[in-house]
Amino acid sequence: MDTEKIREQFPILSREINGKPLIYFDNAATTQKPQVVIDAMNEYYKTSNANVHRSLHTLAAESTKLWEQAHKEVADFLNAESDKEIIFTGNATQGLNFVANTYGRQYLKEGDVVVISELEHHSNILPWLQLAKEKKIKVEWLPVLEDYTLDINYLDYLKLKYKSRLKILSISHVSNVLGMVNDVKKLAKKIHSVGGVLCVDVAQSVAHMPVDVKDLDCDFLCFSGHKMYGPMGIGVVYGKKEILQKLEPWITGGNIVTKVWKNGAHWAELPQKFEAGTANVVEAVGLMEAINWLKNYSWEDRREHEEKLTSMAIAGLSTICDLEFLGTKSLEDRIGVISFQLKDIHPHDIASLLDERGVAIRAGYHCAEPLHTKFDFGPSARISIGIYNTQDEVKVFTDAVKNISNNFRK
Amino acid sequence: MTSSLYKENILDHYKNPRNFKKLKKSTSNAFLNNVTCGDEMEVFLNIEGNLVKDISFDARGCAISIAAMSMLSEKVKGKKISEVKKITDDEVLKMLGMEKETPRMKCALLGIETLRKALSS
Repeated sequence: MDTEKIREQFPILSREINGKPLIYFDNAATTQKPQVVIDAMNEYYKTSNANVHRSLHTLAAESTKLWEQAHKEVADFLNAESDKEIIFTGNATQGLNFVANTYGRQYLKEGDVVVISELEHHSNILPWLQLAKEKKIKVEWLPVLEDYTLDINYLDYLKLKYKSRLKILSISHVSNVLGMVNDVKKLAKKIHSVGGVLCVDVAQSVAHMPVDVKDLDCDFLCFSGHKMYGPMGIGVVYGKKEILQKLEPWITGGNIVTKVWKNGAHWAELPQKFEAGTANVVEAVGLMEAINWLKNYSWEDRREHEEKLTSMAIAGLSTICDLEFLGTKSLEDRIGVISFQLKDIHPHDIASLLDERGVAIRAGYHCAEPLHTKFDFGPSARISIGIYNTQDEVKVFTDAVKNISNNFRK
Repeated sequence: MTSSLYKENILDHYKNPRNFKKLKKSTSNAFLNNVTCGDEMEVFLNIEGNLVKDISFDARGCAISIAAMSMLSEKVKGKKISEVKKITDDEVLKMLGMEKETPRMKCALLGIETLRKALSS
């Protein structure tokens, strides 16, 4: 894989920040976009823009075709059974809210249990806490162990305790703080054995490893387009067809019906019944282009590249005194997301001092406050590696952190 | 270390914050936090008549938020409440030598916001 050739395709990477070349290590927050994605979206507005489904002219037909094609591309990408299992939302957060507000609201009753984990992003915590308030259900948390792995055996205990009242397990594939991959397949077996459903948040994994809904054996799955080199403003919910068919729409309005009377309506077929309002075609076109662009590079090559940089970053940071990792140093079953703290230096100061050197990282709780609280860690600094990062960039970053550590202490 | 944001006086106030304690005798206090980064700020006031007789603060946070509150505490000690209430966000940024549109606005203004809350409590 020729990283230089990849970098040339990302116009933003030629920018300077504070007089220094941009080094972008905030890929877990959002990735940059290749020229082909930007061009495809421009081209759509220049040549094919029209509202889908509702009009009969040529542009509307072209636009509808692109919208439907995007569902098919995403279905193929996830190895779903059918494009009817793919629902476009605004982002992963909206997707998780969709699952809580359709399946959760429709099937859960007082005393039922939803299981999440201590390493979840707030977007996979708060929809369930809200639902718990409304439906008087219970939210249980799979603990994170001292070695930062998820205690998946805790689910066996919950199974014994609640049996068929365990209705939903909603879990992230990869933690956005620890970068570690959770054993979703094992969890799928456990939750299915009591008749519960599995919802997986793959927002962090989808750009870094194959995500196959059949292999993961999940019932729902959610992600955002913008963390996989696609545009902001589009997300995906995958749902098993037999489940989706029985669900009522969450957001209602135009585009989702076959007939409306004064006392009710007939819902349209899947996935249309869940996609109320004017379709976000331009973003779907961008997402489709990003998926196709990623196919130019094999998963193996990308993994090798990102793993090399991850190992260099961990090795470089490990030489700094008073640096503490939030998460393991192991390279096994992880992606290039690394969180850390420097003693007596607030992560916001680290981020600002790195920004002065052109290096973009994230600092704070990364929308995963319960995980930080669990380890009594306070806020952390986080770097996250993408396809276009280089060994030189990792070197600049680790040298800069060393320099900050030596010069900024109280 | 050369830095546009972390000038000498800011680092000095960060490393040796002034009035950094809990007042033994306070007439009002207020707490605010910045949820995105986890900064926590508590301001203690001792008001006598229309004067801020004494001020102190206790905080957990970044260099900018600590330095801003430290400088602010020196500025307002002994001042009339009406004068303190007149201090604008812009004045705080100017005191820190920071641009108006800096990404660190929230850190810079956490102190003044907590101070305003304490004054109105």
